[in-house]
Formats: sequence, C-alpha cells, structure tokens
Amino acid sequence: MLKKIAAVFLLAFAVTPSLAQTEKPEKVLKIISSLPRTGSANAQTTTMVNGIQLAIDEVHGKIGDYTIVYEDMDDASPQRGNWDPAVEAQNANKAARDESVIAYIGTFNSGASKISMPVLNKAGLLMISPAATYPGLTKPGKGEANEPKIYRPTGKINFFRVVPADDLQGFVAAEWAKDMGVKKVYILDDRELYGKGIANVFENHAKEIGIEVLGREGIDPKASNFKSLATKIKAAAPDMVYFGGTTQNSAGQIAKDLHTANATPKFMVPDGCFEKAFIEAAGAENVNGSAYITFGGLPADKLTGRGAEFRAAYKKKYNLKENEEPEGYAVYGYEACKVLLDAIPKAKTKDRAGILQAVSETKNYNGALGIWSFDENGDTTNTTMSGNTVENGEFKFVKVLGK
Amino acid sequence: MCETLVAMILSQTTAGATSVAGAQVAMGWSDVLSQQLITGVSNGMIIALIAIGYTMVYGIIELINFAHGDLCTLGSFLALTLVGALGMEAWSGMGGTAAVITLLISAAIFCGALNWTIDRVAYRPLRGKPKLALLVSAIGCSFILVNIALFWGGLPMEVFGGGNQAAAPKDFPSLISNENLLGARSAITVTWRDLFVVIVTVPLMIGLTWLVKSTRLGKAMRAVAQNPTAAALMGIDVNRVIGSTFLIGGALGGFASVIYALYNNTISFQMGYRTGMDAFTAAVLGGIGSLPGAVVGGIVIGLVRALSDGYIEARWTNSVVFGILILTLVFRPSGILGAKLREKV
Repeated sequence: MLKKIAAVFLLAFAVTPSLAQTEKPEKVLKIISSLPRTGSANAQTTTMVNGIQLAIDEVHGKIGDYTIVYEDMDDASPQRGNWDPAVEAQNANKAARDESVIAYIGTFNSGASKISMPVLNKAGLLMISPAATYPGLTKPGKGEANEPKIYRPTGKINFFRVVPADDLQGFVAAEWAKDMGVKKVYILDDRELYGKGIANVFENHAKEIGIEVLGREGIDPKASNFKSLATKIKAAAPDMVYFGGTTQNSAGQIAKDLHTANATPKFMVPDGCFEKAFIEAAGAENVNGSAYITFGGLPADKLTGRGAEFRAAYKKKYNLKENEEPEGYAVYGYEACKVLLDAIPKAKTKDRAGILQAVSETKNYNGALGIWSFDENGDTTNTTMSGNTVENGEFKFVKVLGK
Repeated sequence: MCETLVAMILSQTTAGATSVAGAQVAMGWSDVLSQQLITGVSNGMIIALIAIGYTMVYGIIELINFAHGDLCTLGSFLALTLVGALGMEAWSGMGGTAAVITLLISAAIFCGALNWTIDRVAYRPLRGKPKLALLVSAIGCSFILVNIALFWGGLPMEVFGGGNQAAAPKDFPSLISNENLLGARSAITVTWRDLFVVIVTVPLMIGLTWLVKSTRLGKAMRAVAQNPTAAALMGIDVNRVIGSTFLIGGALGGFASVIYALYNNTISFQMGYRTGMDAFTAAVLGGIGSLPGAVVGGIVIGLVRALSDGYIEARWTNSVVFGILILTLVFRPSGILGAKLREKV
C-alpha cells in the first residue's frame, strides 16, 4: 500500500514541472460557437464549424501574441432533436462567465438567439450569428413593438449577423413567386419565431404585389402526417404553398403529403430547409422540380472573389470530392469568424469591449460574401439572395434574387 | 351523391381539356368531406392498432405501458433496415407484396419478442410491488427505447438511402403504390395505402377478438385480468399469461409500426412519443382495458384529427382532441365502451 502511495507521489512530482510549463501565463482569446450539433441540422452546422475552423487555421491560431482557442458548443438536446432553450441558456451563461471568451458565434435558430442575446448583452460579449435571420432581433419596427430593445438591456449593440434578415428573404421570395406566375398561394408556418416571422413577411408582400392568399395556418410540427391539411389545401387549389419553417419542423413530411395528394404544383420554403436533410426527409421524388428554396446568399459554387478562394480552400482542407459542395451555410460560419479575426488587430484593447468596438466598426469589408459593412443595427449591408430548386435529389441554383 | 358524380365527370372532361397534366381536379365540399373521412379512418386504424397494445396491458396488469409507442418506433427502424439490406425497393410485382409481408412479419416477431423481454426484465420483478414502481419502470423503458432508436438512426443508414443523421426524419421508401384506385381524374383519392391499412388492420382485430374470446389462452387472460390470485389458484401460470399478453400486444405494435411507416413514408426516433400519446388517448377515450373500446377510440381520434385539421385549424387540433377526451371522461368516466371498473390508477 505504502509503495503505491509513494509511486503516486513520485508520479505527481514528475508531472508537475511539465504542467507548470504549459501554465506559463499565456494570452488566450477564446471564441465559442453555439449551434445545434445534435439532430438533423447537424450536417449544416458541421460545415459551419468547419468554416470557423478554416478561418482560424488561416491565421495559424494566432493573432500577435494571442492564441486563439475555439470551442464548439451544442445548443440542441437529443430529446428534442432540435435546439433546446435550456441548453442555449446554459451555453450563454457559461460563455458570459468565462473571462477569456471574447466572441460568441451563434446561433443557428432565431428562437435561440432570443434567449442568449440578453445574457450576452449584459456581459458585454460580442455575438455574431451566421444564420439567425428573424428581423426583430436587430431591426426596430420589423418585429414586435418591444423588439429589439428587450434583447439589449444595456442599450448597446452586441449582436451582429453576416446573413441578411428575413424581411429581405420573405420579400424576395414573394417577388420570385410572382415572377413564376403564381397567382394564388396558401401559407403555412411552424409557429416558431423564425418560421412564423418569415411567413408573415411573405404574406404581407404577397398581398402587396397582388398574389391572392387563400389561407394562412400554423401547423403542429410533431403530427404524424399532414394528409388532412393537404386535402384542405387541394380543395383551395393554390398555385403554390409557402411553408415558413425548418426541416426539423416537418418540412419534409409536408412536401411529401402535398405531393402525394397532388395538392399543389409548387412548394416554396425558406433557408431553414436549404440543407440536404430536407431532401432526404422529403424523398427526392416528392421535391424534384416542385420545391423552391430561397437562401440568404449564394450557394458555394456561385461565390466569386474571396468566396471562390474560400470554396477551394474548404474543399481541399475537408477532402471534398470534385462534385461535392459545402452546405450553403459553411461560408457564413467562415465569414462570421473571419470578420472577427480581422478586427482583433485593430482593437485598441484586446478585451471584450475593445474587440466588440472594433467589429462594430467594420466597413467595406472585403470578405467571402463580397464587399459589405455592418449597419447601425448590426446587420450586414449584403442583400444578395438566391433562389434554388431540386433536381435529381440535389439542390440546383436557379437565379440571384435581390431587392 | 349521384349529382356529385355527374358533376365530377363533367368537371373532369372540361378540366382535362384545359389543365396541364397532373393538375388538380376541383373538389366540391362533399369530395373534401369524403377525403377527410378517408384520411381520418386510415389514421385512426393505425392509432387503434397501437391503442390495443396499451389497453391489453392495462387490462391485465393495470399498467400504462409508456414504452409501447417507442417499441413501435423500433419496429419501423427494423423495417427500414430490412428494406435497405434486402434491396426491397427493387422488388416489383408479386415481389412488392412479398416485401410488405416480410416486413410485417419480421416487425411483428421483433416487437413481440422485445415487448416480452421488457416485461420479463423490467416489469415482472416488480409484480406485487406498489404500482408506482411499475409505472416509473415503464417510463424508464420508454427513454431507453428512444435512445436506442436515436443510436440506430445514427448508424450509417445512407447505404439504405436513409442518411446517417441520427435525429433526422428518415424517408421510408414507398413500397405501396400511391395510385388512385378511383382513377387519376377522380377528385377523391383512395390509394392502395388507404386500402392496405384496412386490409391488414381489420383481420388483426378480428383475430385478436377471436383469440381473447374463444381460445384457452384468451380465457386464461380474461381470468388473470379479473383476479390474478384466483386465477393462480385455479392452476393458471399467471406470469406466462402476462408474458403472452405482452407478446401479442407487442406483435400488434410491430404490425402497426410497418403500416405507419408505409402509410406516412417518414420515420423518426421521436415518432413513438406522438403516436403513443394518440394511442394512449384513444385507449382512454374508448375505455381503457376494453379491446373494442381501443378500436372505437382510435377511429374517433383519427376522425376528429382529420376534421379539425380540415375544418377548424391545424393549430387547434390537439386542443380539440383533448377537449373531447375531457368531456367524455366527465360524462362517462370509464370511456365510451369501458365497463364500470374498480379504482385502478
């Protein structure tokens, strides 16, 4: 027994010096991302995390004397198979308490941003979202009356996004529908912040430009099928069904039931469904040529300039085959991290306040998404959007949509 | 009805001339109503088949077997795995029928055996202990099964075309034709799938009734349900009878899981929660412990869901279903067909 104890002590002594060495005071700047890593958004978020990692690797994990440390946090839970408010709150609190954290990249879902924004705002921590697109998060007058004030208890802006918000996406979606000759539309939403928000924008603009709205309904995302709804829609005979919602909230099943019932020739969804999981869930035969997907940017293979460089670097680093493309949001993960890393050298003090200030001053940034700035609300000035469809079970770019 | 038919034929001839291929035929109100009823009955039959599993177990050991819905999830995952492994999508003609029969039988055997095992491992050691212990054990089993399904979904299913995103909803190949039996031009759609649900469910229900009413095992089951101690004194092996109940209830759940997968064409690790909830509600509505009650309850819930989705709004459907449940229980505490029983929960 004694021998054992002695051995443990000896070992402890032997280890101590090497520990002391790594503990040498090191200047660390920590970046956290909080994205749904469990569940069907996983494919999408994996490529976003890859994009973030790529941006960090390009500076070899160092800026000046500072080492960049990155932690990939999950805000989903297996029970929900989707983002979970409890987990998102936990992540935000953890990040707020850790002094070395200087930026929080996230969230993927707008509903999740609603939870972490006030927490991080009080902590004065910079937040950059690559994907949350609900307008009310940043724009006064575009959401509820008290938005976005309730997310900014200190009154300062700490939330930025590199992706254009849904007041643009819903708008161009309605325009695109009209271009395709749609005259009557039936609108569904998943009753979540993002889905309902974008469906509202779509509905309002559709009415403005003379598309008749035959019906508007919130669905039960966990229902086993939507056949009854499909019958109701079929009886209304729309030219198009618009669903504001995500893959996780049954977009695939809706596409399937509408197609099976032959209820509509066209089915349009927003960027929450711009992921391969949507086609997998719906079954290719149910969406080929009939599904239309809007996306707040361009698919990877349509990017130019820095964007094309990003695509090449990404494909090389993650060993993608010739015909494989990163998912649509990969470039947003990259851009969110890249704009941050480029702002750090400009920051007067390398702490939360200094870096937040530096990022907020981003103007005419030449990035993978083109040349853009952050406006006074923290939104990107970028407005490039794309319309996509599905062909042979793959997304296919149709056209650039713009305001 | 006759006028509608004439109107239908007329509208078809004109619609056929003017519209593009595959465009909709205008639906009158009676067509919509019939369509909703068809959907409601098909959905209700599936719910009923699962509800039987709840009601049988409750009838015999007064346990609400929360794991039953999730058992069905695993049945669907087994079916999807078999479809992929045996390449069933390519089986055509009689092969298609063979594929469906293979799936039904394998899932039934699998779920029956699994349900029997669950009883043996998690419930039987708790017999005679407080009822609450049994209930907690059932909830635990439900969690375990959900997580097995999550793990199963994470296996590299892309070889089967299912993708390997553990929690993603998985597309279940259409093995049963979606062709309209009333002809492509008809406003009302009755597909092979709707027919399939009825063709499989009705004989199973009749068979079960016969089994419970007329066989030795059925007699033993009824005896155990009435009074386990007295049944044991009469020489009935109570544990064996309870085991068989789980086996049969599980097998029906297995059938239901394949019907569910072929009818809805999507499966996910969470589907058991919702279907289980619907089935449990159906069992309570019909009168828990009563077999015909489960069937009636299931069909009523299927119809209410369809009509509420169709004529009220989808977002109110759950409120309507549970509102009806509450009203029924207030005026008939033992459910629609339930016998007046002694206090059970």
